[in-house]
This record gives sequence, structure tokens and C-alpha cells, in this order.
Amino acid sequence: MKRFTGFVLKEFRHIFRDRRSLFILFGMPVAQIMLFGFAITNEINNVDLAILDRSKDDTTKEIINKIAASEYFSIEQFLDSESEIAPVFRKGKVKAVLYFEPDFGKKLIQPGRAKIQVVTDATDPNVASTVSNYIASILQSYQQETRRVVEPEYQVVSEVRMLYNPELKSVYMFVPGVMTVILMLVSAMMTSISITREKEQGTMEILLVSPLKPLQVILGKVFPYVFLSITNAVVIVVLSIFVFGVPVNGSLFLLALESILFIVTSLALGILISTISATQQTAMMVSLMGLMLPVILLSGFIFPISSMPLPLQLISHIVPAKWFIVIVKGIMLKGVGFAYLWKETLILAGMTLFFIGLSAKKYKIRLE
Amino acid sequence: MKNENAITVSELTKTFGTFTAVNAISFEVKKGEIFGFLGANGAGKTTAMKMLIGILKPSSGQATVAGFDVHTESEAIKRNIGYMSQKFALYDDLTVRENITFFGGIYGLSRKRIQEKSKQLIEDLGLGAVGKSLVGSLPLGWKQKLAFSVAMLHDPQIVFLDEPTGGVDPITRRQFWEMIYKAAHAGTTLFVTTHYMDEAEYCNRVSIMVNGKIEALDTPKNLKQHFEAATMNDVFLKLARG
Ligand SMILES: Nc1ncnc2c1ncn2[C@@H]1O[C@H](COP(=O)(O)OP(=O)(O)O)[C@@H](O)[C@H]1O
Ligand SMILES: [Mg+2]
Repeated sequence: MKRFTGFVLKEFRHIFRDRRSLFILFGMPVAQIMLFGFAITNEINNVDLAILDRSKDDTTKEIINKIAASEYFSIEQFLDSESEIAPVFRKGKVKAVLYFEPDFGKKLIQPGRAKIQVVTDATDPNVASTVSNYIASILQSYQQETRRVVEPEYQVVSEVRMLYNPELKSVYMFVPGVMTVILMLVSAMMTSISITREKEQGTMEILLVSPLKPLQVILGKVFPYVFLSITNAVVIVVLSIFVFGVPVNGSLFLLALESILFIVTSLALGILISTISATQQTAMMVSLMGLMLPVILLSGFIFPISSMPLPLQLISHIVPAKWFIVIVKGIMLKGVGFAYLWKETLILAGMTLFFIGLSAKKYKIRLE
Repeated sequence: MKNENAITVSELTKTFGTFTAVNAISFEVKKGEIFGFLGANGAGKTTAMKMLIGILKPSSGQATVAGFDVHTESEAIKRNIGYMSQKFALYDDLTVRENITFFGGIYGLSRKRIQEKSKQLIEDLGLGAVGKSLVGSLPLGWKQKLAFSVAMLHDPQIVFLDEPTGGVDPITRRQFWEMIYKAAHAGTTLFVTTHYMDEAEYCNRVSIMVNGKIEALDTPKNLKQHFEAATMNDVFLKLARG
């Protein structure tokens, strides 16, 4: 036990004396969560619009007022002719132009006739599609309020309710993803780098010649990162609750247990990477390419898995991060318990055992 | 017999694929001896040493170190030996004292013993002024002497030194050999590899390895007589020419 604490103490000294690892450990999580929370967002706010009103009647005036009153848009300018539309977009400030056809108000009284055109700047497709959706919903609510439309006898009204994230806040989506990336980064990449550093320096050999057992060496290397990963997970959850108001609807205890499981998965991956890499550089590249890329691209963190081509969907099943993200979303946003997540948990646990077994085997072979 | 020899090696062999790095070597090292393990770069010295210290499995052959079998008792061997690798291997980002404390700790030395040892060691090496400096900032000669002292920290019966004076200036090399003598005087067995032939003169007995095989083994004096050479370097040249 005393040997172990000495080992862990030394490991912390390595970490705290290295600016780079300090930055990855403590700078990255905060920077990422802030970045995803504040900057990268699907929500729109005060998007500049231009209006080309060829009708200029009471109806269009009311609609324009309604749009101007919403917090999502601000009306930047009024245009007089179609020829002004292109130049306005070229200037770049205006993201969408609203075009009311002549006699809009009159035509509206006959159902299905009045046309309003939303022209958007699709150089930013996210903003463009969000803008047109928002405008459509403002128009819809205007119609419902005024009931000026002659309603047909039968009408199917689709009422969309966004469950679990009613305001479609993107930070809700990103928190589970960021948490996954950070835990991977700290647990897998940092451990693989720190183990290969010992190999590269030649100190691993000295450790293996000492009475310490190989398993003790690995545990000693890994322990500080377990601790730091848990700290990071706590920081991320606290930040998302108190800074971004993301709810934790399910059990915090379950979230903690699942996080620890995923930390162990990542550590096993980190050890595995260290057994196949001879240098810190290689370990870093393998971690980034082999772990980070799949986490970012294939885990459902940024791109929804259901809209991927089938081969990629199949590959995503073997990315451990995918299962962890499902679990975290389930607990934080849906508030479901273990009864709904046991399958994902089992898969993750199975993968973890597999990686531990594989790295133990590789580690032995290396010593021969 | 077991009590007289620190190391016995018989037909020890290591192959990497089809390449035989160590080819059926046999020798004995007596207790308290300074045994020089000589050979050019790539002769197989490090590979042979790694099999003896239990971090590389022999392909065939037998060996005992401190009375323990390298095939089956490597854990017991590890408790009884010290090792200084060919590559400088202390932690550059830890201070002199922290390195000593860490390595003392993994060998299970008590805190009190570590304190005594590091005080004595820092005094002996004249490192008082730099005890709190990071090891990375020390000149190579000091680092090597420190690494040797760290390998000796737990008073092992046998110490394996792999090219301990590689790249070190002549004055430091002399001081290093004085440390080796001192350790031998205290009863430690020293197994030293080198490719500096002049250092062979300091050893009680030397073996000369060429392409994985031991081609000569005797005291430096007998070897020079046998090969009718003035220096060990000449002995080596004659051997290498075949
Ligand atoms: N792990 C290995 N795999 C393949 N060849 C190796 C390995 N380790 C050493 N060798 C080869 O074995 C030979 C002896 O190497 P080594 O024992 O390091 O020589 P020395 O220490 O005498 O300079 C060299 O040709 C080296 O390339
Ligand atoms: Mg060598």
C-alpha cells in the first residue's frame, strides 16, 4: 500500500509539472463545455431579416409586427423590388428575406392561395432551415389566432411536442457528448501517453525489474486518471446544471456509476493503445484517430446515427461512446432508470471486459 | 556450489524470429566479482542481460541469478538485484530527492531508511546543492552516477550495469569506476557491459562477445598473454578479425 501511494504521488507530480497535460486535464473540459454551450448552437436569436411587401395591407402589417416582436428576428430593412434581394444577401448581414405577393390579404381569405416566400441565405444551412421553421410557426400561430381562414370541415392538425427538450436547446444535446469526449480524452489518451512515456524514457524497464508486479505498475499509472476523470465528470455536470440549466432528471447516483463504468472502458482502451505504441507521439495519434474521431463522428454526439448510411450505423454499434451517450441522455434528459438502460450498460460492460482482457494479453506478450 | 557463484549461465540463447541475438552462451560469475561483459555494438550484451534480470524470456538454455532460476523465479531475482539500463532512466521531471524517494519506495525501503540513504548518497555524490533541482537539469555525468546509486539503493547482492559510462567524459568515467570498486569492496557482485576496451582492465574477469557468442573469457592479464597483445583493445581487434 505504501508503495502504491508513492507511485501515485509520483504520477501526480508528472501531471502537475507538465503544462500540456494540465491544460488537457483542466482547460479542455471547461473550454469545451463553454464552447458548445455558448458558441456552437442551433438556436437563433435576433436574426436580421429584410422584408419585401408587395401587398402592404393590414394582414401583412400584422404579420410583420408579429415577426418584429419575436425575440428571434429583427427587421433590418424593407425592400422595394425583387432586384434588391440578391445585393442584400451579398452584403451578408441579412439572413432571410420575406416576400409577400401582391394582394396577400385578399387572397388569404380564400384558403390555400396566399403566398409568402421565405428566401434564406443557405451558406449556413443550419441557420437557414431554423429560420424558415421559425417563420412558418409564427405564421401558423397568426392564422390560428385570427381564424381568418375558412376552415374546411375536416382538418388534420399536427401538433408537435418536443419531449425532453421542449425548447430544443442545443446544449442539452452537447452535454452528454462533451462529457463523453472529455472522459475519453483524459482516461484513454492521457493514460496511453503517460504509459508510453515510461517506455520511451526507459523507466518502464526499471519499474519492471523492480519487485513491483506489472499489474501494480499499470494500476499505479491508471489510478490518478480515474480520479481526475471523475473530477472532470463532476465539473461538467455541475457546469451544465448551474450555467446552462440542463436538468438531471434521473438519478445522479446511476449517472455516477455509469460514468465510472465508461471511465474504466476508456482506461482499458488507453492501456491497449499503450501496448501497441512505442512512442508518445504514436499513442497520441492512435488515440486521436482511433478514439476521438469515432467519438465525434460516429457516436451520435454531433451527427444523428439514424440518418447515417447503414454501414456507418453498423460501425457505430462498436463505438463504446455511442452506448455511453445513449445512457447519459437517458439519465439526464429522459430521467429513466436502470430498467431502461440495462441493455446499453451490459453492452458497455461487455466491451470493457473485452478490452481489459485484450490489453492484459498484449501486455504479457510484450514482456516475453 | 550455489553459494560461490552469483550467476551461472549455461547455453543461454535468444532468437528474434530467425535472428539469433544471443547464441548458447555459458559462463559463471563469482560472488563479489567485477565481471566485464564486453562486445561491440549489437553483439548481444543487452539482450543477454535482459534475460538475466528477468524481463526477457530466454528462447532456450539455463541460468540462475543469486541462486534463482530465470525461467521460474524471476520475481525472486528482482528482489535481489539492481539494474542500471543502457538508456539513462530516472525521471527528468522529478528532483534528485524525489527520484531517490520514489525508487526507495518501490523497493519497499522504510521512510527512515530512505531518508538516511538519500542523505548519505547526496553527500557522497556531492549533490547537496542540487538536491532540490530537477534531474533533467543535471549534466549527464552526474545523472549516470545518480542512476548507479539509485540502482544500489536497496543494497542488492548483484548489480547489472549496461554501458554505464556510455557518452560520459573520461574524468567522470574514472569516478564511476571508483564507485564500482567501492561497491565490489562492500561485497556486491557487479556485472558490467561496456564497449570501451580500456575499461576491461578494471574488471576481475572479462568475457568478449562477438555476434552473439562468447569468444573469450578470462582475466584481462591472461587474455593479453594468450593473444600476445599489449592492451585489451588489441585483444579485441585480434578476436574480431577472427
Ligand atoms: N526485440 C528485438 N527484436 C529483434 N531484434 C532485436 C531485439 N532486441 C535486440 N535485437 C537485435 O539483437 C542484436 C543484439 O542487440 P543488443 O543486445 O542490444 O546488443 P548490444 O547491447 O551488445 O549492443 C542487435 O542486432 C539487435 O538489433
Ligand atoms: Mg546494449
